[in-house]
Amino acid sequence: MKILVCISNVPDTTTKITFTNDNTEFNTSGVQYIVNPYDEIALSRAIELTEGGKGTVTVINVGEAANDPTIRKALAIGADDAIRINAAPRDAYFVAKQIAEYAKDKDFNIILTGRESIDYNGNQVAAMVGEFLDIPSVSIIKKLAIDGDTATIEREIEGGKEVLTVSGKFIASCAEGVAEPKIPNMRGIMSARTKPLTVVDAVAVEEVTKVTKYETPAPRGTVKLIPADQTESLISLLHSEAKVI
Amino acid sequence: MSVLVYVEQAEGKFKKSVFEAVSYAKAIADQQSTNLTAISIGDVADSELKELGKYGASKVLNVNADQLKTFVNQAYASVIAAAAEKEGANIIVLSNSFSGKGLAPRIAVKLKAGLADGAVELPSTDGKFSVKKTAFSGKAFAITELTSANKVIALNPNAFGVKENATDAAIETFAADIKQSDLGTVIKEIVRATDKVSLPDAELVVSAGRGLKGPENWGMIEELAGLLGAATACSKPVSDADWRPHSEHVGQTGIAISPNLYIAIGISGAIQHLAGVSSSKVIVVINKDPEAPFFKVADYGIVGDAFEVVPKLIEALKAHKG
Repeated sequence: MKILVCISNVPDTTTKITFTNDNTEFNTSGVQYIVNPYDEIALSRAIELTEGGKGTVTVINVGEAANDPTIRKALAIGADDAIRINAAPRDAYFVAKQIAEYAKDKDFNIILTGRESIDYNGNQVAAMVGEFLDIPSVSIIKKLAIDGDTATIEREIEGGKEVLTVSGKFIASCAEGVAEPKIPNMRGIMSARTKPLTVVDAVAVEEVTKVTKYETPAPRGTVKLIPADQTESLISLLHSEAKVI
Repeated sequence: MSVLVYVEQAEGKFKKSVFEAVSYAKAIADQQSTNLTAISIGDVADSELKELGKYGASKVLNVNADQLKTFVNQAYASVIAAAAEKEGANIIVLSNSFSGKGLAPRIAVKLKAGLADGAVELPSTDGKFSVKKTAFSGKAFAITELTSANKVIALNPNAFGVKENATDAAIETFAADIKQSDLGTVIKEIVRATDKVSLPDAELVVSAGRGLKGPENWGMIEELAGLLGAATACSKPVSDADWRPHSEHVGQTGIAISPNLYIAIGISGAIQHLAGVSSSKVIVVINKDPEAPFFKVADYGIVGDAFEVVPKLIEALKAHKG
């Protein structure tokens, strides 16, 4: 079994998000980058499914050379080899097209991504790759089991869950529950340095979106504190002032 | 040129978030001086389809094919894209629901369309067609220009509200051309908790954290949520410890929500948690630590022990409801 896992290079979850150049660019100054946490879940499940000689895991990232430390981290967690498509990622459509172009003539049985990247929160890449490759896609999955050629998948729906099966090639985006994120051990970190990381040229893709400006949420006013023994005042404020109950 | 909205049904019914998507799509159709068509896939009674007229859909395409009674991502996307082409619709709107998140990207690729998901406002159309959407897990918004001729927009629940705009909806059967290769996924089981409010599109949410000390103490949280008609949620440490299911975890690596009211009990307010809830309209924080960072982003706060405050809040709420 050959599994391809798509990983994003994203700001650490504790990053304070600010912008520069008249709020048109993300301020990368002092930002630590990590493997997107959801992609780590996908990668960890891929490693579990292929452990013991049952297959191989390739990670793919669309990005510039600055992403290599993040890609090495994925190799340290346990991927066998890595591909970097050498281009600054423009949007999900661009990234998905690059991944699909790379994967179309390879024989990956399964492609996994995280449910979304924590920077642009798109939820887009998995389903777009699925469409470019004309294979089934399942978004935001909670469980993934493989039996021969058939995968059994649990996905979240509003107020419940759906269990479905898919045979043959497919792509899925993974959420919490699919696997516990693996932490690289010393041997993994050592071997990551020598695992193959292949750089591949990007293909041209038409532009469909463009971020023109960023905004940060409007600050809230000061908190109105209510004494702990006056819960009825809170109820009446929520009813008559905030008008939410 | 027209606007097409996909109306997602669950067991033959439309939820509030669907009527919200129709209201939003109608407002876009008005901006563009064109009509709004809705497309429904699955077994939905005409009386329910007619409801869509109340929010401004003047035409409803009804796709009721045997193979499409339950959700098949690939096939649904093909049908919606085919309908958009047949109707000459260049703007496709859907709800940013779990299924919508799987459908919108496929539709966008089929139509070579730019996709704005997590939209929170009407597009601005001053020369450029731009949509404000959430980014950085609720820590920011990205004004995203859709530069392609076709455009797909997935609207966040509770971002626009339901707006009535009564018109008479003409219902038409839409004959879908279904490819066998689009039916790769097969649903085996659907489990829906019918007694609970679904969290992603809930208007009111009661959430609790480590301050509750253990899963056995969630009775009062559920009672409070039940009285309010609210969904329950939790912080990451709580779902990591399996006190509550992962589906309740809100925050940067859980789900992002934007309810009208978010009540946080015994949650300190780490930056990762705030990311997922900061677009809530009103935030109430109950915490015994007056220095908890959550108070800085709250509208109302009570400094006190959850085990004393919550039972009193329940009493006060019962008295308020009479």
